[in-house]
Amino acid sequence: MTARPPVMLSELQLDALTELVNIGVSKAANSLRAMVGAQVHLSVPTVALVSRGEAIGILSEREIKNLVAVHQVFEGDITGRALLIFPETKSLELVRAITGGDLPLEDIIELEQEALAETGNVLLNSCLATIANMLHRSLKMSLPEVLRGNATTFFSLAPPPEAGDVVMFLYIDFAVRERDISGYIAMIMDLPSLTALTHLLDEFIERTTG
Amino acid sequence: MTYKLLIVDDSKLARMSAAKALNALYPDWTRVEAATADEAVAMGSRNSFDMALLDFNMPGRDGLELAAELKAANPSMPIAIVSANHQEEIVARANAIGATFLQKPLTQHALGTFLEAAVAQLQAANK
Repeated sequence: MTARPPVMLSELQLDALTELVNIGVSKAANSLRAMVGAQVHLSVPTVALVSRGEAIGILSEREIKNLVAVHQVFEGDITGRALLIFPETKSLELVRAITGGDLPLEDIIELEQEALAETGNVLLNSCLATIANMLHRSLKMSLPEVLRGNATTFFSLAPPPEAGDVVMFLYIDFAVRERDISGYIAMIMDLPSLTALTHLLDEFIERTTG
Repeated sequence: MTYKLLIVDDSKLARMSAAKALNALYPDWTRVEAATADEAVAMGSRNSFDMALLDFNMPGRDGLELAAELKAANPSMPIAIVSANHQEEIVARANAIGATFLQKPLTQHALGTFLEAAVAQLQAANK
């Protein structure tokens, strides 16, 4: 089997993608702010075309081993997965912030799975729906799934990538300083989607600036 | 009377989009663009502009910090902060500085409303 040529994004396409993600995550932050009742701080997004191994490396470097992720698969003209990731130690704090903080620990632990799935669902949908709308396409979202593990676990999820080892990896940090909550939103897209993405980005650029 | 608009955004696409809207609204106005707050400040010392459109989330100093600096130098300059991040704290900080908050993606209509108010403000200040 011959390797597919790597898809390169032009500077403007990369810029447009970063801006789309920035707007998508900002909208998601608004939703999170409404849920936790405190300001959500965001970093500037990072978009990189890297190998799966490098993406795992980026995550492993910055985070401790025990991570919790809410994971959703999106399908349509572009296919990939979106993850809301944070250290396991912060997940109860997030649930506590969302439920209002009056619940005893046992109840919080019991609610954790469900609350995480729902929070992830709201954030990731808000982010992806914004991006889909701006690209004038609809994306089908899977149900949220709560995962525990590390970067390698999250990036080796079934189904296996259709082709190539290169993925589009995007991430943005978020923090709720008042509640000591921090984590990030990451998105990975496989190469076949990337080709479709470049066309969608060109259309988007044309609509926005033409 | 034509004016000069400063557009600061780390995204080139966002600057192009704002430029497109400006050209549709006021084709005879001029604009200057910068990708960072520092670049905008350096530019400000070389050429003047009448009003500014600042992205919030940028590498280095954010748009609110830049807005505060521009306002300190020229309190009557109309400034808009542009962001998809319309959390209360950010909108409140923009208002406290005396800046208008505009949502991203920026529409021609929203930009038009801001520019109209900005012109009225500048004309009132020059009377």
